[in-house]
Amino acid sequence: MADESGVLVLGDSTGGELSSMSRELLTAGRKAADDLGEELAIGLLGATLDQPSQQAISYGADKVYAVTHPQLAQYQVDLYLAAMEALCRDVSPRIVLIGRTNEGRELAPRLAFRLGVGLAQDCLEISVDAGSKTLLANRPVYGGNAIAVVRCNYTPQIAAIRPKVYEPLEPDSSRQGQVVSFPVELDPSQARSQVVNVVEEAAEGVKLEDARVVVSGGRGLGGPEPFKDLETLANLLGGAVGASRAAVDSGWVPSSYQVGLTGKTITPEVYITVAISGASQHMAGCSGAKVIVAINKDAESNIFKEARYGVVGDWEQVVPAFTEAVRELTQS
Amino acid sequence: MPVSIAVLAKQVIDPEMPMAAFRIDADAKAVVPPSNIPPVVNGFDENAVEAALQIKDSQEASITVISTGTSFALDVMKKPLSMGADELVLLQDDAFENSIDSFFTAQLLAAAIRKLGGFDLIICGRQASDWDNAQVPLGVAEILGLSCISLGKKVEIKDGKVSVERITNDGYEVVEAPLPALVTVSNELGQPRYPTLRGIMAATRKQPTIWSSADLDADASQLEPRITLQELFVPVRDQQCEIIEGDDAADAGRQLALKLREAKLI
Ligand SMILES: Cc1cc2nc3c(=O)[nH]c(=O)nc-3n(C[C@H](O)[C@H](O)[C@H](O)COP(=O)(O)OP(=O)(O)OC[C@H]3O[C@@H](n4cnc5c(N)ncnc54)[C@H](O)[C@@H]3O)c2cc1C
Ligand SMILES: Nc1ncnc2c1ncn2[C@@H]1O[C@H](COP(=O)(O)O)[C@@H](O)[C@H]1O
Repeated sequence: MADESGVLVLGDSTGGELSSMSRELLTAGRKAADDLGEELAIGLLGATLDQPSQQAISYGADKVYAVTHPQLAQYQVDLYLAAMEALCRDVSPRIVLIGRTNEGRELAPRLAFRLGVGLAQDCLEISVDAGSKTLLANRPVYGGNAIAVVRCNYTPQIAAIRPKVYEPLEPDSSRQGQVVSFPVELDPSQARSQVVNVVEEAAEGVKLEDARVVVSGGRGLGGPEPFKDLETLANLLGGAVGASRAAVDSGWVPSSYQVGLTGKTITPEVYITVAISGASQHMAGCSGAKVIVAINKDAESNIFKEARYGVVGDWEQVVPAFTEAVRELTQS
Repeated sequence: MPVSIAVLAKQVIDPEMPMAAFRIDADAKAVVPPSNIPPVVNGFDENAVEAALQIKDSQEASITVISTGTSFALDVMKKPLSMGADELVLLQDDAFENSIDSFFTAQLLAAAIRKLGGFDLIICGRQASDWDNAQVPLGVAEILGLSCISLGKKVEIKDGKVSVERITNDGYEVVEAPLPALVTVSNELGQPRYPTLRGIMAATRKQPTIWSSADLDADASQLEPRITLQELFVPVRDQQCEIIEGDDAADAGRQLALKLREAKLI
């Protein structure tokens, strides 16, 4: 591959719309492509891609490869990988960006290995050195205690971007771009693993990852019952309930509640933590919140180094009074 | 035929160490291991050992733990043996100092797995708590041409297939693949069992197999680093916290609500 050029985003659609992760990747990709003076393309995988293709152009893509195949209508790791590999080999991009979503967690490393190159994993920020045309990526390591700046030594240089760190660009429907159909040949027998059952455990109501307000509980709650109080509070605020890993590991709430490095990345306007110490691995999932509020009885707790507002006190006293006051304020 | 299982386990700096003990050497681009806190087996890898032991609880199985690194605390790395694993293979060489580069690590582990004749099932942790790469297992699967199911919270073997409860955003899904296969597991698998006294006694008597780079048949071109660390730094936090006071804790809670209202946050 001698003449690699451009930035290729690997995107997807959900419910006929360009996914939010894809929009975020286009923001990161647009900047990188402009700095390189090269093209920004996006590869979209699916069965029907008309609407998301047009959206991709309005969010910054110069070119869309619509990678269509009936087998791509539903995510299956082996088939998605085969399609992505075919696209990367054909397009020969200099840089490939992929979202570190649940699917990306398995796709990105396997794609990199298949192409014989490195992957900058879980990046918070990328930039290109225009002279050498190399990608530099900032990625948290040691649970977020440190940031590593890494460089990929082989092309394509691949980075997996953490969800919700880049804001989508303002869509511009007058932007021009080219949609190229990229049909792939897929052999269904390549699909070696099979999903035989799906079980939903997430709470009803506002989704944790979309909520404007999130109230999270930690080990200091001491059991599952107090989460009902947090739910009452979250309902008053039109928000959702989350948890630390300690609360999940204790079996108080399902794992879909977990916020953090190995849980969900959330960016609410207000994040209220109750009896959470603020370990770096927890903060990795919520440091993008606009305002963090901490209720914790230990004034020395790390969470007070991360929060904008805090109350030092026992949640058993603080939370009921806080909830009552919120009820009065929001319902009057 | 007993099921042959490999568990890939990494020795890491204890992630539960107090934050104040976390130091980096910016010039060396390395984290300074705290002198008074011993390393541990990566937490998710203890989950992987537990997953293997659960299979062994219900059927005949042998468990080989494989690790690569420059130096090992033997008593730490023997913990999986004391939990009930059968063999320990350590790939130890000064040249194996490259833990940021998952490509390199995966090549070494894959070479060792080949040398050991392959396994029905390879179980790994979802990520190592030092560099949080979450790549090595997927790489090993790619190199060996195995199917790979990640983020398991329950792993079973039946009828020549592995069945995994895989964590998703909103719950979990049950995924099946024919053997041989590779699976990564997460903490949702549950607390790893404690070593028994008998296990500890047995582990002290067992000697690990130790291989250096000369013992491994890895393609040199595949050992060129794919990733270079340019810089390592500790991020600065400049958040100022306003502590809301009150007559008592309950009053502070009320004042907090007023404050958030005033700031138009609720
Ligand atoms: C590789 C790795 C990945 C991880 N990923 C995640 C992740 O994704 N998400 C995550 O959350 N963690 C994660 N962790 C775990 C993380 O390191 C912490 O152990 C965890 O976040 C601690 O949870 P906690 O704050 O609820 O518990 P603790 O640290 O035990 O804190 C409990 C807090 O409650 C306070 N408290 C106790 N009683 C009261 C009371 N009555 N009133 C008020 N306050 C009280 C205490 O002062 C304390 O600050 C990970 C760890 C590793 C090694
Ligand atoms: N040096 C190593 N030795 C053995 N296993 C490893 C090593 N590095 C990574 N692994 C395995 O791969 C998983 C993910 O590690 P990583 O990709 O480095 O985050 C770990 O949980 C281990 O199961």
